[in-house]
Amino acid sequence: MLNAKLSRKRRRYIGFMRALMYVCAALTYALVLFLIAYVLAKGVPNISWELLSTSPSYLTERIGILPDILNTVYIVIATLLIVLPLGVGAAIYLTEYAKNKKVVAVIEYAAETLSGIPSIIYGLVGMLFFCQFLGMQTSLLAGALTLVIMNLPTIMRTTQESLKTVPQSYREGAFGLGAGKWRVIRTVVLPGCVDGVITGCILSVGRILGESAALLFTAGFAHALNGIFEGLTSAGATLTVALYVYAKEQGEFGAAFAIAAILMGLTLLINLAATLTQRYFRRKKA
Amino acid sequence: MMSSIITIDNLCLWYGNQQALKNVSLDIAKKSITALIGPSGCGKSTFLKTLNRMNDLIPGVKITGSVQYEKTDIFDSATDVSELRRQIGMVFQKPNPFPMSIYDNVAYGPRTHGVKGKAKLDDIVERSLRDAAIWNEVKDRLKKNALGLSGGQQQRLCIARALAVEPAVLLMDEPTSALDPISTSKIEELALQLKEQYTIVIVTHNMQQAARISDNTAFFLLGELVEYGVTEMLFSQPRDKRTEDYITGRFG
Repeated sequence: MLNAKLSRKRRRYIGFMRALMYVCAALTYALVLFLIAYVLAKGVPNISWELLSTSPSYLTERIGILPDILNTVYIVIATLLIVLPLGVGAAIYLTEYAKNKKVVAVIEYAAETLSGIPSIIYGLVGMLFFCQFLGMQTSLLAGALTLVIMNLPTIMRTTQESLKTVPQSYREGAFGLGAGKWRVIRTVVLPGCVDGVITGCILSVGRILGESAALLFTAGFAHALNGIFEGLTSAGATLTVALYVYAKEQGEFGAAFAIAAILMGLTLLINLAATLTQRYFRRKKA
Repeated sequence: MMSSIITIDNLCLWYGNQQALKNVSLDIAKKSITALIGPSGCGKSTFLKTLNRMNDLIPGVKITGSVQYEKTDIFDSATDVSELRRQIGMVFQKPNPFPMSIYDNVAYGPRTHGVKGKAKLDDIVERSLRDAAIWNEVKDRLKKNALGLSGGQQQRLCIARALAVEPAVLLMDEPTSALDPISTSKIEELALQLKEQYTIVIVTHNMQQAARISDNTAFFLLGELVEYGVTEMLFSQPRDKRTEDYITGRFG
């Protein structure tokens, strides 16, 4: 007769391991939920129209984060405007033009390393190079340029990955009709990798929103209300930096948590946007 | 034999250190169908892709010998590769329409070569699709994505796309190997119609296909041109023992 019963020891072992995994999963969920709930509970009551629509005043002790919101928008725009052509161009060169496989491998490896460097190091280098050596002072532009270096690998890698998914047969078809290299890239290859570029952009925006260390050094802490051009050449805090300033230097935890809640909402939106774009393009390709 | 449009003399080709073509010499007759047959890896596709310099795209290719198209050396540094590929068009093994509309697929070539104006392009698109015997199937959905067509339709669309730039020669690299029998016979019929106006060079794995549609057949083996001649003769009275063994199915 087949003895199909598990031994008691074995059953106890399985039960124990399963319980352990449940605990791990539950802890993870609980931590995330707690964090979100805590930030929302502390932050949302402090979000008011006045907070969102005014700039801070020391005279009336008013706290407003409009300048910080605008600074964030400016720095996102400036960074993307510079990093997109650079990253996409580099990706096109590496996948479509570069003949020397060794050089390509070295550059790819360097980009990978670059994306793993702690951001405070970018801040330090950015401060010394952009702010001091190039004489930009502490300004949003210096911050944006620092973020360009930080995000270049992301944009480059996502574009490259997506360029590699464009079937070789499209290129052959276009070359076979007598199209030149640039025409093939512009008309057949690039349209096929728009999704990669957009994904890279969204990831970069997320990273820019979340960046504080690199900007503390390069973009400064000012809360002045400026237009985009004026804003780029003067110092300014983004939302994340403002959070740090309010919490650490002014003890305004209400405002800090309000900003935190806003940033969390934005992150959620960005992740959602990334998922939706990917789904949209996948459906379009199929 | 009729007058020739492409003359290949002593063509050798290497991929790195490996020789893929060995001293191939042959003349391709105008307005005829020339079939290239032989087992996998015998160099027939490589040979085909040399004729419009598609091998340029592969790194590490070295070529000696000469290919004359209408009395001009195609390897000459003064040769305009873009113009060469316009005149010697190509249809690939796997249908490869671009991920754009049917109309834009056909208009791609003419636009590349500077044709502008909607009326002119409309004309070219309709004529090419008619010539490729697919007009009736797609005329109501020219703006739809080409990837929505069936495999056989996609391949005829690719033929239309190649015809749109008014080539003189059409190179076909196993154009039916990815298609079902009905689509295959449509393409074969089409090839027979097209040879009234175009010179066709077709690589095929299917010997019945070569026998059915071609005027001349070249048999390749291990990079060598073993035998070349009128199709009926080659299939009924092969001169070379290796050709006989291949066409009677003794290897391949």
